[in-house]
Amino acid sequence: MTGTAWAWLVLLFPLLGSIVIALGYRALPQKAAGMIGTAAIGLSFACGIAALISLLGEDADARHHASSLWDYASVAGLDIKLGIYLDQLSIFMVLVVTGVSTLIHLYSYGYMQSDQGYHRFFSYLNFFVFSMLLLVLAGNFVLLIVGWAFVGFASYALISFWYRRETATRAGMKAFVINVVGDIGLVLAAFLIFRELGSFDYGTVFERAPEVFSVNEWSITAICLLLLVGAFAKSAQLPLHTWLPDAMEGPTPVSSLIHAATMVTAGVYLIARTHVLFALAPTAADISAFVGLATLLVAATIALVMTDLKRAIAYSTMSQIGYMVVGVSIGAYGAGMFHLMTHAFFKALLFMAAGSIIAAMANEQNIDRMGGFAKAMRFTSVTMLCGGLALAAFPLTSGFFSKDEILAYAGARGGMYLIFVVLGYFGAFLTAIYTFRLIFRVLQGEPCAEARELIETGHVAHEAPKNPATGEPEDTDVGFPGPEHHIAEQSAPMRVAMGVLAFLALVGGLVQVPGVDNVIANFLDPAFEGPVLSHVHPSIEWDWIGLAIGGVISLLGIWAAHWLYVANPERPRALEQRLQGLHDFLFHKWYFDEAIDLLVVRPALAIGRFANRTFERFVVDGMVTGTEETVRSAGGIVSRVQNGFVRSYALLLIAGFAGLALYFLLSSS
Amino acid sequence: MEAVVFFVAAIGALGGAIGVIAMRNPFYSVLALIVHLFSLAALFLLLTSAFVAAAQVVVYAGAVMVLYVFVVAYVGGGGESAWEPIPGQRFLAPLLGIALFVELSIAVLGSALKALETHGPDTPAGFGDPAAIGRLLLEKFLLPFEASSILLLLAAVGAIVLAARRQEASS
Amino acid sequence: MNITWYIVLSSLLFATGAVGILLRRSPMVILLCLELMLNAGNLALVAFSRMVGNEQGQVFAVIVMVIAACEVVVGLGLIVAIFRRRLPLNVDDLRELRG
Repeated sequence: MTGTAWAWLVLLFPLLGSIVIALGYRALPQKAAGMIGTAAIGLSFACGIAALISLLGEDADARHHASSLWDYASVAGLDIKLGIYLDQLSIFMVLVVTGVSTLIHLYSYGYMQSDQGYHRFFSYLNFFVFSMLLLVLAGNFVLLIVGWAFVGFASYALISFWYRRETATRAGMKAFVINVVGDIGLVLAAFLIFRELGSFDYGTVFERAPEVFSVNEWSITAICLLLLVGAFAKSAQLPLHTWLPDAMEGPTPVSSLIHAATMVTAGVYLIARTHVLFALAPTAADISAFVGLATLLVAATIALVMTDLKRAIAYSTMSQIGYMVVGVSIGAYGAGMFHLMTHAFFKALLFMAAGSIIAAMANEQNIDRMGGFAKAMRFTSVTMLCGGLALAAFPLTSGFFSKDEILAYAGARGGMYLIFVVLGYFGAFLTAIYTFRLIFRVLQGEPCAEARELIETGHVAHEAPKNPATGEPEDTDVGFPGPEHHIAEQSAPMRVAMGVLAFLALVGGLVQVPGVDNVIANFLDPAFEGPVLSHVHPSIEWDWIGLAIGGVISLLGIWAAHWLYVANPERPRALEQRLQGLHDFLFHKWYFDEAIDLLVVRPALAIGRFANRTFERFVVDGMVTGTEETVRSAGGIVSRVQNGFVRSYALLLIAGFAGLALYFLLSSS
Repeated sequence: MEAVVFFVAAIGALGGAIGVIAMRNPFYSVLALIVHLFSLAALFLLLTSAFVAAAQVVVYAGAVMVLYVFVVAYVGGGGESAWEPIPGQRFLAPLLGIALFVELSIAVLGSALKALETHGPDTPAGFGDPAAIGRLLLEKFLLPFEASSILLLLAAVGAIVLAARRQEASS
Repeated sequence: MNITWYIVLSSLLFATGAVGILLRRSPMVILLCLELMLNAGNLALVAFSRMVGNEQGQVFAVIVMVIAACEVVVGLGLIVAIFRRRLPLNVDDLRELRG
């Protein structure tokens, strides 16, 4: 079978899984639904491996194929096919997505066991994977937009999965609306591409672009900026990032899959895929890099003060994606993609561990109430530590190798890009601090009540269920989380998934040790042939120097976290009081939500109110009422002719006769 | 000579007409109409229509006007109030009358009928005599003659029915 | 006098009769104005008959006179009937056909 045939199968299995579970939700027992869902993605992964093997059997230069099932529209100059494009970049993304998804499905098999929406969950999750694969495998911009939109819908459906929770539904709508803004950018970019280059197909577009555009022409810059709007909305970069923390209303596997490993990386994938266009618009690429840098720093600072466990990890995601965006915007495609892969491993793992802990806390997510789980939940703490070390880029973990490679590349480009190096390392420092703040808070110290209950009785705590964000009491019915909570220690599927990811988080970086092997970059580089932003490659010495600096900073960060949060228990509070203003500013997420409310929401509401009060009432109603009034008054005037007086009728008669005679006189003259 | 008679008769006709429409008392209007009818008879004579003139005097001025006189005497009839309920009527009616007259005059004066300018052809001696009229009535226009006599009968019967005292209806 | 004078006079009398119908309110006078208009028509007929040269127009005029007489008979009968019922002899007061 050819590689593209395997690729079509990769797309088929999740779709089938989703449909089967959705249609058979009454017939299928719960376990069967879970198994079908997980198996579907597992099969998809297997087909991905098969496609990879088929690709590896070819020359490095010939590893790109397009294949289409049928013509969607070929009229009026359009030639849109239902086609996929299989090359190194797409197969890489396919493997990352399906691999991590399989593990997350396995995790959800145990975690969501007592949820009454189990079937719905797996159906949505399979559909999400299908959409993400469609996005990644798409061979033309139209199918990309289709996958993009489907992913947005799946994200909405999964964020508001517990649909009776008002905070969840509002978060889902917020995510969807901001994603729509991004969709507009993407669609407009696609229109412009079609207008300038005459095609939607990747092959044609990327071939023609260097011929049609000259560097930094306004049209190609506009296209790239619009693509960036789409990418930033999907990847939660400034200023379209406000939906990601609220998206934590969804169940933890959802946060793990969508908002850590896969969907939020779609923007990074987009920039990497359209690298030819960005190479022609270096200004846009630079803008993208700076936005990534800004997001990196802003998110890291906010994560320092977040008290909600999942939201803190969400801001960490935002920050790490900032690194990836920087990577693909300065030309370090291999490094950026590598970081994408390792981030998928350790972030998914962190979310899984967080889910386990939150389950132990009976759905309480505030870290100020947690503590001492190291003794209560051994497995979870160990895996969480693995993930944290990788996130903080502890030497020799996967995050260590991937993050610092991006910064080495920036250093090699030199000039303005040294800012990225300096601030990137500062961001890494903050990353280490906030990561270990979380780990120390949650795992260290005196066991909290729930942890003690676990240690003593082995039972998971049981409280009256309530909304973790607002504290209002809830139900355990459909549309709410179920009555039971499942922790990793008591659920084998969860342990398997977390174990695999912990292993990968620790050793996954060894595939790209500078000087030793360069598996990922070597594999991916041929996909980025053609015009690139820069042809520099950091030398191996500089690579190792960068890695060394990164390792030192990571250790410094861990030590700083210990000094701040563990050594002296009073210090965090004292610090908070001394820097009250700064703390408030960070706690309110740099007031982005308030700014958007002021700049966008209020004017929109005002326009709506104006439209209703003034325009609707005076213009539209006025026209309608005015017409009615005119007709009625005209009718009134005419009806006054019938006054009953015979003499006035006679007058009209004679007047008519006179008029007629006048007409005949005039017409005959 | 003919012109003098014409103008006298014309003034009489016109004066009678204006008298009809202007007089407050209906009886005076009736009298004005009688004057008008006599003037018209004179005009008919000028047009060598002797029979028509005679019929005008005997039938119209003699019989029809007498009927009018009887009814006016019976009904009486004061004046009408000065207030006009229909707005614009007092102004528009004369206006339209003038307009009508002007248009008709233009039509007549500007018409291509050259014959209007003449006095008409020379007529034989018995033109307009009762004999001539009678012959036409009984030969060519027999049907209209008979129809109009039936119409007279109908009118007479209708008048009797209209003016009869209503029996107090039993049903 | 050429025929034109007679025709012009006839149209003047006709217009006068029309104005009278529009302006007067008593049914009696309205009938009289109707007579005016009929007579104006008669004058025109006779004048044209003279212009053409045969008496057909005059016969027409005689028949018109007969018709005028019938109409007067019926109209006066109506007026007498109205008077008998003590209704006001005013055309304006008979306006049941209001719109």
